[in-house]
Amino acid sequence: MAETVTSKNLALAKAINESLRRALEADPKVLIMGEDVGKLGGVFRVTDGLQKDFGESRVIDTPLAESGIVGTAIGLALRGYRPVVEIQFDGFVFPAYDQIVTQLAKMHARSLGKVKLPVVVRIPYGGGIGAVEHHSESPEALFAHVSGLKIVSPSNASDAYWMMQQAIQSDDPVIFFEPKRRYWDKGEVNFEAIPGPLHKAQVVREGTDLTLVAYGPMVKLCQEVAAAAAEEGKNLEVLDLRSVSPMDFDAIQTSVEKTRRLVVVHEAPVFFGSGAEIAARITERCFYHLEAPVLRVGGYHAPYPPARLEEEYLPGLDRVLDAVDRALAY
Amino acid sequence: MTVESTAARKPRRSAGSKAGTTGTERTTRTTARKSAEPELVQLLTPEGKRVKNAKNAEYAKYVAGVTPEELRGLYRDMVLTRRFDAEATALQRQGELGLWASLLGQEAAQIGSGRALRDDDYVFPTYREHGVAWCRGVDPANLLGMFRGVNNGGWDPNGNNFHLYTIVIGSQTLHATGYAMGVAKDGADSAVIAYFGDGASSQGDVAESFTFSAVYNAPVVFFCQNNQWAISEPTEKQTRVPLYQRAQGYGFPGVRVDGNDVLACLAVTRWALDRARDGEGPTLVEAYTYRMGAHTTSDDPTKYRADEEREAWEAKDPILRLRRHLEASNHTDEGFFAELEAESEALGRRVREAVRAMPDPDRFAIFENVYADGHALVDEERAQFAAYQASFATESESGFVAGSGGN
Repeated sequence: MAETVTSKNLALAKAINESLRRALEADPKVLIMGEDVGKLGGVFRVTDGLQKDFGESRVIDTPLAESGIVGTAIGLALRGYRPVVEIQFDGFVFPAYDQIVTQLAKMHARSLGKVKLPVVVRIPYGGGIGAVEHHSESPEALFAHVSGLKIVSPSNASDAYWMMQQAIQSDDPVIFFEPKRRYWDKGEVNFEAIPGPLHKAQVVREGTDLTLVAYGPMVKLCQEVAAAAAEEGKNLEVLDLRSVSPMDFDAIQTSVEKTRRLVVVHEAPVFFGSGAEIAARITERCFYHLEAPVLRVGGYHAPYPPARLEEEYLPGLDRVLDAVDRALAY
Repeated sequence: MTVESTAARKPRRSAGSKAGTTGTERTTRTTARKSAEPELVQLLTPEGKRVKNAKNAEYAKYVAGVTPEELRGLYRDMVLTRRFDAEATALQRQGELGLWASLLGQEAAQIGSGRALRDDDYVFPTYREHGVAWCRGVDPANLLGMFRGVNNGGWDPNGNNFHLYTIVIGSQTLHATGYAMGVAKDGADSAVIAYFGDGASSQGDVAESFTFSAVYNAPVVFFCQNNQWAISEPTEKQTRVPLYQRAQGYGFPGVRVDGNDVLACLAVTRWALDRARDGEGPTLVEAYTYRMGAHTTSDDPTKYRADEEREAWEAKDPILRLRRHLEASNHTDEGFFAELEAESEALGRRVREAVRAMPDPDRFAIFENVYADGHALVDEERAQFAAYQASFATESESGFVAGSGGN
């Protein structure tokens, strides 16, 4: 049966699980590490069943210490392994931030290219699941500011599967942000597809009046926004960036030269967020094409609020439509 | 509850003292700690005499077969390391290096442990392990690149199984632990050694590396050079217990060794490495030593410590100690010392010349090796930088410089 299946309809979390399984099968140097990733299969079950099939020496339940997880993963990578580590939640990554920023990101450069650290750091991120404090954050900009790291975030099951394959094959450290509120969203995954380059954006809806740019959990929202706007006769283009660093500015530029208007949407706070970088660069590249300033919709400069308020804090359909209206009003 | 805990604490107080003030308790505790300063493993006294007793026997057997030639080798290593270190300090004073972190006083700890290693073992150093680097065969001149500011690490770590110097304190202990976990997975019988200091012992990463190595039974030796000072802070500011005792809480052995006794450091490290190879997991070695110099060339120890302390440690000098032993044992003659002196001077000269000849890196090195697989933004910024630089070349070629008939 398994041989004939070339495509499956999978939840995003299950697509990552299948991708990790394939990597473990293909390369004996691939390891899975993290808190509760073994017997339990991770708090989101992303690694479900992997320890059972690949053993405790390849799917490793670690002590509860994030710096230790990333620090030992670096050591294992120095020994020739390709660790895929899980940080249980976005807000728990900061004990490992020093190892990621100071060690993981810089080792290739400071060794003059002699040392490669093919480590993938998986981080379930973002809000929308009614979680308690420190379980709903979007810290991608805090990593994008650091050279030496690559940062990606899939928005759908197929990308989750293939981007994980590519992240594990990358000789650079990759921070893999998983949109946890989309873990249960299903999509078709073709296991024999030939994936596009990891860091290329993808137009997921063509349009002519305005470009919506997003990645991870906000892509689905932007597609909903575009559908709602279409009912009002507005024809929006939606671009799924997929990669935050490097970022496919060429794709944004191409789209904006066509639509002349750009709204960037992310859950992370707007201030110093990736939208700020996009706005600056697109202003440089498309100054004479733009009919309106680049607008941003995102979180506020405030701690992520208690769950009962998160819908107020997160970009939603109406807030994005409001930004679209403002951009179109210029 | 309260009564019980009071009763439990009573015997620790000195006899006759009443339920004292907080101040009294503090004094008592400090005194008790000082008088209870633990013994350390020592095989050579400061006077160069071999120590033989039951306590040391377990370790002494690891150097039972050391030949006079090997002893002379250890002496040579320490002398050349000190000479190299002095040359680097001088080069900093001459403006050839931006900074230097001297290992003066720590030669025995580094040479003793470094010579205990096999080629297939792997070393994770701090930024002061010049003696260990020497043992690993890293070209001393290569160590100076980062201190001169021409690179951030000038050697191939896998060339000598000697990782790059780590500057952020304690981080490398986790790398060593992970590497050792990999060694165990590979079924190899190599061992890993992580160097760190008394200051690093306060870092969370060191605590986490103890936890991980214990849990996974990783073949790693934690070699702590307690040189008594973390820049200006004495060890008392880092710990209330002798550092080697921390191992007990993690479930692996710790031992304090005389860090100025090269033979004891060799023996204890061999013992610890053997444990690692035999699948017995991690060991903590605390080499009790002294930083004779400043923290770095930017530091001024006169602001925080007394000369008397340094003088007391001078009497325990690691090189002098072995020399006394060699001479008393008739293992050396004047020719040996004269040859070594000449070799030292040659090393100093070679290092000096190598550093002065070290070119500044090409400006485009900024963009090199940021990523293994490349990155669009780095490419874009490199091109912008090149265009900016080229704009000057165009001006000078077409204008002022061309007309000036320069060389």
